[in-house]
Amino acid sequence: MQKAQTLTPRRGGLERQRARIALWLLVPTLLAIALVAGYPLFNTIYLSFTDANLGSPEAPRGVGLSNYWTPDGLGILQDPAWWNSVVNTLKFTVSSVVLEFLLGLGIALVINSKFPGRGLMRAAILVPWAIPTVVSAQMWKWMYNDQFGVINDLLFRLNLIDAPINWIANPDLALWSIVAVDVWKTTPFVALLLLAGLQAIPSDIYEAADVDGASRFTQFWRLTLPLLVPTILVTLIFRTLDALRVFDVVYVMNGYAETSISMSAYARQQLIDFQALGAGSAVSVLIFLVIMIFTVFYVTSLRVRFD
Amino acid sequence: MSTSPSVPPHQPAARRRTKPGKLIGNLLFWLVVIIILFYVLFPFYWAIVTSLKLPSQLFDTPVAYWPERPTLGNYAQVFTGQPFSRNLINSLVVAVGTVVISLLLAMLSAYALGRFRFRGKSMLMYIILAVSMFPQIAVLGGLYTLIRGFGLYNTWWGLMFSYLIFTLPFTVWVMTSFVRDIPAELEEAALVDGATPLQTLFKVLLPVMMPSLVTTGLLAFITAWNEFLFALTFTADNTARTVPVAISLFSGASQFELPWAAIMAASVVVTVPLIVLVLIFQRNIVSGLTAGAVKG
Repeated sequence: MQKAQTLTPRRGGLERQRARIALWLLVPTLLAIALVAGYPLFNTIYLSFTDANLGSPEAPRGVGLSNYWTPDGLGILQDPAWWNSVVNTLKFTVSSVVLEFLLGLGIALVINSKFPGRGLMRAAILVPWAIPTVVSAQMWKWMYNDQFGVINDLLFRLNLIDAPINWIANPDLALWSIVAVDVWKTTPFVALLLLAGLQAIPSDIYEAADVDGASRFTQFWRLTLPLLVPTILVTLIFRTLDALRVFDVVYVMNGYAETSISMSAYARQQLIDFQALGAGSAVSVLIFLVIMIFTVFYVTSLRVRFD
Repeated sequence: MSTSPSVPPHQPAARRRTKPGKLIGNLLFWLVVIIILFYVLFPFYWAIVTSLKLPSQLFDTPVAYWPERPTLGNYAQVFTGQPFSRNLINSLVVAVGTVVISLLLAMLSAYALGRFRFRGKSMLMYIILAVSMFPQIAVLGGLYTLIRGFGLYNTWWGLMFSYLIFTLPFTVWVMTSFVRDIPAELEEAALVDGATPLQTLFKVLLPVMMPSLVTTGLLAFITAWNEFLFALTFTADNTARTVPVAISLFSGASQFELPWAAIMAASVVVTVPLIVLVLIFQRNIVSGLTAGAVKG
C-alpha cells in the first residue's frame, strides 16, 4: 500500500484521489449497514420511549422513561421476570463459557499432539459446529426425553439412576440441560481457535525447554499457557458476547419457560408475542447496552489493530 | 497472527516414549481420544439411528442402539407430509442470496479498507466491528417495523436484507484481512497500465481472492442457513419460512406426540449437506474462523 504511493512524485494529489475512490467503494456497504443496523437501532431506541404496540394502528405516543421505570412499579427494570431472565442469562454465560473453555483447551491439546488420525479427529469435531443450533436443540430434546430418551437409558444401564429424569421439565435442571447442549455445540469452535493459537507457538522453545530438563507439566504452565493468553482472551470474549445474546437453543428447547428464559427470549416475548413494541424495545435497549459495554471492553482490551 | 490455511507451521515436539510408564500414558491418551469422539459424534449418530426407525419403534424400552429394520419412511414423510421441500428452497435461496450480496459489497469495501489509505479508516473499522457484535435482538423491533413498512414481511427479500446485519460486517472484516495479504505489486502493475480501480479489483485482484471468497462465502452461508431469530420473526407461513424454523415448529397429531422420527429425518437432511461442505473445506474454514476471530 505504501509502495503504491511512492510510484508518483505528486503524493498529495494521488492520495486525495485514492481517498475519494475508497469512499465510493465503501458507499454501498455503508448504506446497507445504515439501513439494516443504524436505522433499526435508532428506531428501537426511539420506540423504547413510546407506548408503541404492534396490535394497535394508532401512532405511538411518547411516554418518556416509563417503559423502564414507573412510580407504580410497572417498568421493565422493576419486573422480576426481567431480572429472572438476566440471572438465567448470566448463569448460562458463565457456566457455558467456562466449560467450553476447559473442554475446548483439552481437545485442542489432544489434537495438537502428533498421533495417527489427528486430521480425522479435527474433522470430526467440526460436526457439532456445522449442525444448525435449532437442529442440535431438537436432537438433544429427543435425547433428553424422560421416557424414551437415550440419556436416561444410558444412565439406567450404568446403574446411575433408578427413576427417569425429566431433564427439561425439572426446574433445577432445565437451564443446565440447555447449557450442556450449548457446550456440546460450541466446544469444537473454541477448540479450533485454541488449536490455531497452539500451532502458532514455535516448536524450538519446547526443544530448549527439553534441553533444560523442564517437565511436560512445567512446559505447559510456563510456556504454552502464557503464550496462548491472547488467543484465550479473544476466544473467551467472543464466546461471552455470543452467550449473552443466546436465543435459539433456549427458545427451541424450552420456549419462554421461566426456568430457562434468556434476556433475548424475554425481549422477543415482549416485542412479538405480547406485541408490546415499546416495552420490548426498552428491553432490547438494555441488552444492547450490556453487550456494547462488553464490546468496548473487547476492542480496547485487545487493542485491535488495523494496519 | 496470520494463520495460513495449508501450513501448520510448528508442531510441538512429538510425545517421547523413553520411560517405561509411557505405555499407560499412551493407553490413557487413546481413551481420551475415544471419549472425545464419542461425545462429539454420538448425538448426530443418534439422530440418524432415530430417523431410520419406525415411529413405533421409538417407544420401545429398553432403547435400541441400532435400528432393527431400518426404514426410509420418515424421510419420505418429511417431504410428503410436510411442506419441507418448500422450506429447503427458501433456505437455499435466502442463504445463497445473502452470500452473493454480502460478498459483492464486502469485496468493494475490503478493497478500499485493505489497499487504500484515507482518514477515518480505523474509525470505520471500529464501527463495522461493533455492528458485528450487535445483539440481533437490539434491532428486532426496529427492523420488524422497517420490513413491514417496505412490504418485505414474509418474503425472501426481507430475510436476505435482515441477514446482512451479521453477514456484512463479518465478510468485510475477513475479506479485508485477506486483501491486505495480497502483494502490492499486483495492484501497482495494474495502476501503471492505467486500469481503473474497479478493473483492478475485478480483473486483477478477484482471481487472487478466489480462495478467500470461497472461505468467507461458505462461512456466511452457514450462518445464514442456520439463522433462526429473524427467520422466526419475519415470516408467517411457508412462503418464506426457512428450514430451522420449520424444524422448530414440527408438530404431531397432538402436543404430546411429537413426531421425533420425522424431526430427526428432517434434521439429518439439513445437516448432511452442511457437514459434507464443512469436511471438504475444513482447512479453509479453520483459517477463515481464525481470520475472523483471532485477527479480529
